[in-house]
Formats: sequence, structure tokens, C-alpha cells
Amino acid sequence: MLDDISALTLARAQFAFTVSFHFIFPAFSIGLASYLAVLEGLWLKTGKEVYLNLFKYWLKIFALAFAMGVVSGITMSYQFGTNWSVFSDKAGPVIGPLMAYEVMTAFFLEAGFLGVMLFGMNRVGPKLHFMATLAVAIGTFISAFWILSANSWMQTPQGFIMNAAGQFEPSDWWAIVFNPSFPYRLAHTVIAAYLTTALAVGAVGAWHLLKDRTNPGARVMFNMAMGLVAVAAPVQIFAGDMHGLNTLEHQPAKVMAMEGHFQSHPDGAPLILFGIPDEQAAKVHAEISIPKASSLILKHDPNAPLAGLETVPRENWPLVSVVFWSFRIMVGLGVLMLGLGALSLLARMRRKLYDWPLLHRFALVMGPSGFVAVLAGWVTTEVGRQPFTVYGLLRTADSAAPLDAPAVAASLLAFVVVYFIVFSAGAGYILKLMSHPPHSGEPGLEEHPDQPVRAAGITPAPGITVHHRTSEGDAR
Amino acid sequence: MSLDLPTIWAFVIAFAVFAYVVMDGFDLGIGILFPTFKPGRERDSAMNSVAPVWDGNETWLVLGGGGLMAAFPLAYAIVLPALYAPIIAMLLALIFRGVAFEFRWRDPDHRPFWDLAFTTGSIVGTLAQGITLGALLQGVAVEGRQYAGGWWDWLTPFSLLTGVSLVVGYALLGATWLVMKTEGDMQAHVRRLAGWLGAGTIALIALVSAVTPFLEGAYYENWFAWPNVLLTAQVPLLVLIGSVLFFRSLRKGHERWPFLLALALFGLSFIGLGISMFPYVVPGAVTIWEGAAPDSSLLFMLVGAAVLIPIILTYTGYSYWVFRGKVGEEGYH
Repeated sequence: MLDDISALTLARAQFAFTVSFHFIFPAFSIGLASYLAVLEGLWLKTGKEVYLNLFKYWLKIFALAFAMGVVSGITMSYQFGTNWSVFSDKAGPVIGPLMAYEVMTAFFLEAGFLGVMLFGMNRVGPKLHFMATLAVAIGTFISAFWILSANSWMQTPQGFIMNAAGQFEPSDWWAIVFNPSFPYRLAHTVIAAYLTTALAVGAVGAWHLLKDRTNPGARVMFNMAMGLVAVAAPVQIFAGDMHGLNTLEHQPAKVMAMEGHFQSHPDGAPLILFGIPDEQAAKVHAEISIPKASSLILKHDPNAPLAGLETVPRENWPLVSVVFWSFRIMVGLGVLMLGLGALSLLARMRRKLYDWPLLHRFALVMGPSGFVAVLAGWVTTEVGRQPFTVYGLLRTADSAAPLDAPAVAASLLAFVVVYFIVFSAGAGYILKLMSHPPHSGEPGLEEHPDQPVRAAGITPAPGITVHHRTSEGDAR
Repeated sequence: MSLDLPTIWAFVIAFAVFAYVVMDGFDLGIGILFPTFKPGRERDSAMNSVAPVWDGNETWLVLGGGGLMAAFPLAYAIVLPALYAPIIAMLLALIFRGVAFEFRWRDPDHRPFWDLAFTTGSIVGTLAQGITLGALLQGVAVEGRQYAGGWWDWLTPFSLLTGVSLVVGYALLGATWLVMKTEGDMQAHVRRLAGWLGAGTIALIALVSAVTPFLEGAYYENWFAWPNVLLTAQVPLLVLIGSVLFFRSLRKGHERWPFLLALALFGLSFIGLGISMFPYVVPGAVTIWEGAAPDSSLLFMLVGAAVLIPIILTYTGYSYWVFRGKVGEEGYH
């Protein structure tokens, strides 16, 4: 029995570890692919070289992030079977087709045009190349659509019957794909991806502005990124609020854990800002709270009653402390993002967007905040779904593969070692690329430092400057 | 044999797996042969010949895995835990192999390390795929709807044989792909390699084929029952013809035929595999009808697959066409 428990715990740790690592990359590449499409579009429209330079600058970073997203994603598509085989058998008829559609509509589209996007500018010309960039950007969005539909179905399952083999048998695909939490989760996650990218791009721009406030590339990227943050941060807070209300309707126990509400509050629940949740004692220690504010937010009425976890059987509680904290990290960072956006608007009004080191430092510090917020949000919703894989219907403990604990321990160790080697190297290369200031005549991926550059494009368009390097290793 | 949904899906999954073997096979083969290329020009052009397409090639593996879960969830749920170690090894190996495409350009100081990661990833990934195939063919222990064996059951002389066979086979695909994509000294080098690898592949195909029918009662029946044998006997006959043509085209200095004929040998082996396994999706335990998802799942996906797979093949073809020709002519990485 002890063996069973630890094999399950190890399998959960492995899934959490691999999916968290994986999620960082699409969160970045969804936004970055769109940003690249915008940059290339602006270059084609205006002919300004700065857009092409920025396109090539971010394309090199995109190539790295995308490759890491692909290889860490393949792991996910097999891990459902290797570690969660009972879940796969039972929920496969619903989840499988959604993922198959993701592969057929998104992955192939991205992968098929990625080669052209990365290496094909001189071969197909700028117009067709732009089409390839658009295809990749659209592909990343379609991918988010399907995988979040699958994920949302696990949170708010519907549109199925249970068949004799104990499987979820689809009866209404429309209801499955557009399950109740899906539109909210899709909006919240895609905006999060855009915000994450804008914050990363803004931080790179800020870093180079701090060193040279006249760098035209740095100015353009900082301007664009802060514009998006100013718009997307408030929209995201609104979308998050809507998502929360939807969760309250369908997964109240998750919201109770997020709020730290162990007890029911018949006449208005307080909003706990901070505190230390104690699941054993079923109370929050040292809590700092605003009376009735939680009811005001969740029910739009300060005196509305809100049930607490005491109304839920204990075996159905999620891990309250994890959900409670991850939710606060996400919201806290969201508020800071809102602040950054507001400050950038103030800087615009005072015409010192490029001349305010304080703003640039703030933007620099906020660079990784999108990634942290995305992971914190992911932890909130996924840990909040526990102890079920298919909410309310299939328990996590009943979903795992019949594996021996040593097998899972060995694979978990291998994943940890490999991911740290590979992804820390990759993150290092991305940071190295980001540390180079964007400059005129930015080299693309076609041109490598140790290979002679050949000016042999099939349709060499005006504006594509085949750049000959001035110094070895520059900007690589 | 009626053409019902599970049968159609068995063919679709088989197609995805074969597309994967055909396309990622030569990528992985190039990784396997990488140490035999000189650092610098030779390695760079070998890498560049697949850099724009490897990602799309590997996507077929995701379709194979995702499609198996969708169409045959029971088989997916039994086979993957049964082959836990080789599958995890394959995933980790493919991570090293995949990132090496980008990382080796980013970090000239550590290029030898990423080149080694590329080769090791390719060899281990291929070996694991071959072992997976062998372990599946020799059968896995099933109880109810679950795998019931241990986590080392996959390791047998037969699974090691299929593992090594696939390494040699992919190396052959890689060598013949490079015959097509390179020139001069490099081409002469890979052409020589292709000869040895072709001989090795054919010998190993013969060996695996000779052993397989004796693994399971059903395999023997499938191959040798009268009058089926009249049809199945065509497969080894065609392998023989293909082998002769392969060596002829290699000797005559053809550039495309060796690759196409190597693919034909893979195709025939794949048909042979299908003859052995049909109608089982987990040999000896689960038939495609027992393992299939409900019709509502299969039909929903079939609509998409019928429209999308031809479109995918079209733009995949376009991508290959954009990067056609000898890799040396235009340095495009």
C-alpha cells in the first residue's frame, strides 16, 4: 500500500514537473509568434528597416523557445499513457480526439511553416514568408484552443455518457468542446500569453534603453510592449474575474481554497488578503482580511452568503495551502502589471517613455513576472481541480498507471536532470541573445558566423539586406 | 473484412506511424552517422539538410501517440506502461536531439557537446523505438484492462535485435538522403556508407522476419496459412527485388533512387509487420475492435482527418519543395 501511494505521488510530481516546464514555452511562443507577425507586417507595410531588424532579432529567440516547446511537448503527449493509463483508457475517447485535432490543425501547421519562417526568407520572398509567419502564429492560437478545451473538459466535464467498459463515451461533441469553463479559460490563458511576451519584450527593451536610450530598436520594442501591457493588464484582470465567477459556479471547492474559506459565512464573507492556511485545524492563522469584500467580489453583494470548505467532504478538498498561495502570487503580480501599464501611460503623457530610468528598471524587474504568474495561475486551477482528474467523476488516485514506484522514481530523476541541463542551457542562450542590443543589419537565421553567406535568394526582394558580418560572434 | 471505423483508424494510425518512420527516420539516421562526418562543412551541411523539416517530421510521432490514445485508448493504456522504460528513454533522447539543432549554432564553444548530444539522442531514440517495436511484437502481459507485467519485461534478445535493426535501418535512410542532398567528397562518403548499411539492413530484415513467425501462434498462421501464403509470400519476394535494385542504383551512381528504394524496403517491412499483427493492436491480447474508442469518437476524428491529412501532406510537400536541391548550393541555415 505504501508503494502504491508513493508511486502515485511520484507520478504526480513527474507530471507537474514536466507540464510546468513545458507550459513556459507555449506561454512565450504564442505571444511571440503574434509579435513576429506584427513586426513583419509593419515592415512590409512601412518598409522601415527597424521592424525587419526587430523581426530577425526576436526570430532567433523564437527558434530556441519553439524548439524547447516542441521537445517538452512530445513528452506530454506520451505521458498520459505511460503514467496515467487508467485515465487514458477511461477519458481517452473524449480527450484523445481533442488532442488529435490539436495535432492535425495546429502542430502540423506550425511545424510545416516554421522551416520557411526560420530559413526561407531568401527562398520564397517576403510576401510568402509573411504568410508562413502568419500560419505559425495562427497555429499557436489553434493549439491553445484545443488543449485548453481538453483541459477545461477535465474541469467541467459534460456531453458524455458512461459506457459498459467504464469509459466516458462522447454523446455531444459541441458540448464537450465548448464546455462551461472553456471560453473563460481560453480568454484568460491567451491574454496571459500575450502579457507574458509583452513583459519579456518590454524588459529587453528597457535593458537596452537603460544602456543607450537612443537605440531605435530598443525604443520601438519598449513602446510596443508597454502599449500592450497597458491595455492587456486591465483586460486580463477583468477576464480573470469572469473566470473566477465561472469557477465559483462549477467548482466551488476550488474557489473556497483560493479564498481560504474553511468556514461558511452566512452574511457576507471576508476577503483574506494574507494569512497562513492550516488544513488540519481548518482555519487561517494570522489572517488580514477586509470584511464582506469576498462576497462583494464573488456575488456583487456584501451580505451574500458564501459556503466554506466545511460543506465539502474532506476527502474532496484540494490542497488548500498551495491553491491559496499560488492564487495570491498570480493576483499580486497582476496588480503589479497593472501598475506598470499605468506608469507607462503616465510616461507617455509626460513624453518621457524613453527617458525615465525608473520606469525602465520597473519594466526590467517585471520581465519574468508573466512566466511566474502563468505558472501560479496554472497551479491554482490544476491543484484546485484535485483530488480529481475528471472533476467530480474520476479521482486522481484511480487514474494512474500500474507502475512500480522505482520505475517512476527513476524516470522522474531522469526528467529532472535532463530538463535542468537542456532548459538551463536554452534559457542561457536566450538571455545571451537578449543581452545583445538590436542593431541595424541584424543577422537572420540564414546567416551563420562560420559559414560563408551566399547571396543566392530565389527572389531577392528589395529590403532584404544580406548582411555580411563585421566581427566574429557578433550578436550570436 | 468489412471497412468499419476501427479498421479505418487502424490504417490511419499505421499511416501516421509509417509517415513518421519515413520522415524522422532519415533525420535520426543523419544523427546516427554524424560522428563519421568531419566537423565544420560536412556536419553543417548534414544538419542543414534537415533543419527546416525535422520539426514537421517529428509531429507525426505526436499524431501517432495522440491518435493511438484517441482511436485505441485501451491499447494506449496497456502498451505505454508496458514499454515504460524505452518510451521515457526515447522522449529524453529526442529532447537532446531536437534542441541540438538550435543549440549547436548558438554556442560554438560547446558545439562538440551538442554534436554529441545530437548523435547520442538519435541513437538512443532510435534504439528505443526499435526495442518498443520488438517488445510489442513479442507480446505484453495483460490483465483486465491493464498491463500486468514488470518494468523490465521489454528487455529480451528479440527486442534488442529489433532495436539494433532500426538503428542500422535509419542510418541507411540518413545515408541515402544525404546521397541525394550532397555533392563531392561528402557524397562519395555517404554512398560508401549506404552500401554497407544497405547490406546490414537487408540482413537484419531477413533475421527479424525469420524469428517473428515463431513468437506467437497468430503470426505463423497469418503468414503461412493456405491460401494466404500466396499473397504474403509476395512480400519477401519484393524485398528481394528491391534489394537487387537498391545495390544496382547505388553502383550506377543514381542520386534519388537509393533513397526511394531504401524507403521501399521500409515500406515492405511495415507491410510485413501489418500482416503479422492484424487484427491485433496489442498482439495476443487486444484486437482493434476490442481496443477501439466508441464510434462517436472515431467518427468525430475521421471527419477532421479526412480533410486535414491531405492538406497537411500538401503543405509538408510545399515545405520540402522550398528547400529542394543540394544543400551545398545555398547555405540556408
